[in-house]
Amino acid sequence: MAHNNGARGPAFYFLAAFFALFVAFLYGPMLIIFVLSFQGPTGGLTFPMRGISTHWFADLLSSSRYGDLGGAFQRSIMLGFLSMSITAVVCLFAGLAFRRKFWGAGPLFYLSIISLVIPGILLGLGISQLFQLLGLHLHWWLSALGAHLSWTLPFGLLIMFAVLNRFDPSWEEAARDAGATPRQILAYVTIPILFPGLIAVALFGFTLSYDELPRSLLTVGGLNTLPIEISNMTTNVTTPALYAIGTMTSALSFLAITTAFIAIAVIQKRRARAHGDQAE
Amino acid sequence: MSGSSSGSSSSATPYLQVAPLALIMIAMVGIPLATVVLLSFWESDGILIYPTYNLQNYIDVLTSPVTLSLFLKTLKFASITLIFTAVIGFTCSYFLVFHVRNLRWQIALFLLCTIPFWTSNIIRMVSWIPFLGREGLFNTLLIEAGIISQPLDVLLFSDFSVILTYIHLYTLFMIVPIFNSMAKINPNLIEAARDAGASSFQILRYIIIPLSKTGLALGTIFVVTLVMGDFFAVRVMSGGQSASVVSAMKNEIDQLYYPQASAMAVLLVIVVLIMVSAVLRIVDIRSELAR
Repeated sequence: MAHNNGARGPAFYFLAAFFALFVAFLYGPMLIIFVLSFQGPTGGLTFPMRGISTHWFADLLSSSRYGDLGGAFQRSIMLGFLSMSITAVVCLFAGLAFRRKFWGAGPLFYLSIISLVIPGILLGLGISQLFQLLGLHLHWWLSALGAHLSWTLPFGLLIMFAVLNRFDPSWEEAARDAGATPRQILAYVTIPILFPGLIAVALFGFTLSYDELPRSLLTVGGLNTLPIEISNMTTNVTTPALYAIGTMTSALSFLAITTAFIAIAVIQKRRARAHGDQAE
Repeated sequence: MSGSSSGSSSSATPYLQVAPLALIMIAMVGIPLATVVLLSFWESDGILIYPTYNLQNYIDVLTSPVTLSLFLKTLKFASITLIFTAVIGFTCSYFLVFHVRNLRWQIALFLLCTIPFWTSNIIRMVSWIPFLGREGLFNTLLIEAGIISQPLDVLLFSDFSVILTYIHLYTLFMIVPIFNSMAKINPNLIEAARDAGASSFQILRYIIIPLSKTGLALGTIFVVTLVMGDFFAVRVMSGGQSASVVSAMKNEIDQLYYPQASAMAVLLVIVVLIMVSAVLRIVDIRSELAR
């Protein structure tokens, strides 16, 4: 609370300690499995470490005992990029549309919220049975992609609402008054201004799809995604290979997060500099 | 934009812009949910499904004593998780908003809380195993410290580990909305209260908590629906000893009893929607979000 005199009371230190504990709780277990994934070849699922090696990573990549991890990884990456692109484009336009009143806006908003709050497995059941009734085959790039979009689009829409909340439509009006066509306004005004927000939407689109399990289970058809393979491993695999896959997939998630954050930071910095140049 | 020559103010523009979203949501959420409802009136013998249109599945589910215990168990998980995530989420947000004065630090620490959201839930779940297991880090530490002589078995594959996992996975769904609500509180309001002689506790009780209600309500909706929709954490972290509504549903699906599972699902969705609308009745989220 605003301690105007600058002194930090005992409350600050108590709360700081609480917060630090929470962060440790959040990251501690993950750090443990990152360390344990470098367990020596004779080591087990828990401490002590019996040497340090990359044995379990090699085992994971070379052994066929863990199922089709390579194929599952490729499919998950593909799905992630498909979900990301579709989510970014669809949510951009939907967000722009929701700035005005239109018939059906309320029901569509509620349908999106329902998609967020209902159990994912239930939606997966619905999609798979719908395909069955229509006589369609389940494919990861069709039914599972649809299931992933039912998860990424509502999140993307909510972020677009937040982003557009701070977007000043007078920029668009100024461009229109200057004779820009709607297409030019979109390409040279709206999208550049919203771009950092769109990166955030894309980050959600990719990571939520890449890690999605409940909606994928019944909708992938014959070929699994990576989270399904990993979830099977949690019951079958009793070696540190389980942690090795955890370390690898988390590394990829962190790569996606870092890329997005750096991209946003670079844009903001460039803007701040451009702003500074104008002021001079 | 529609690309029409009359500028973007054509009345068809929003419909064209929103059409892709509407089509996908109707095809992949609306119609599938209707399919589940339809399916719940059908019949299955575990091999084939017969379109029969009767209420037998509902009668079975409602008269089975297992259903009630499953719902009670799920509600127990949800309410304990809710209490812990709300307290932790509120405390952390309070610290970030009112005690961390440097904006850069505030954003950095807030992001630190949200980053795990973009990583795999399965891996975050599994990562508790080496910590909580019989030979896990926690038991080893307690034994070496001489606090216990035998490893504690209740730590892993128990209701305890299920709830711990829920708290671990879902607290950030509390932090984000509460942080948002708190960040919108005008500092002058607190200043004024302090000048008028209010204690820190009074400020918390009469200003910050009431003004954080929207965030708490949104977080509650997220946490409750996430816990009630989960089947994976309860299966993995209880070692198969505990069941929730959805994990029981998943078992029925695995045995191809789709209609029975659908009836259970419809009941669950009704319960969840009642709870969500109860929260919405207490707090008007839509008007507050527009603020």
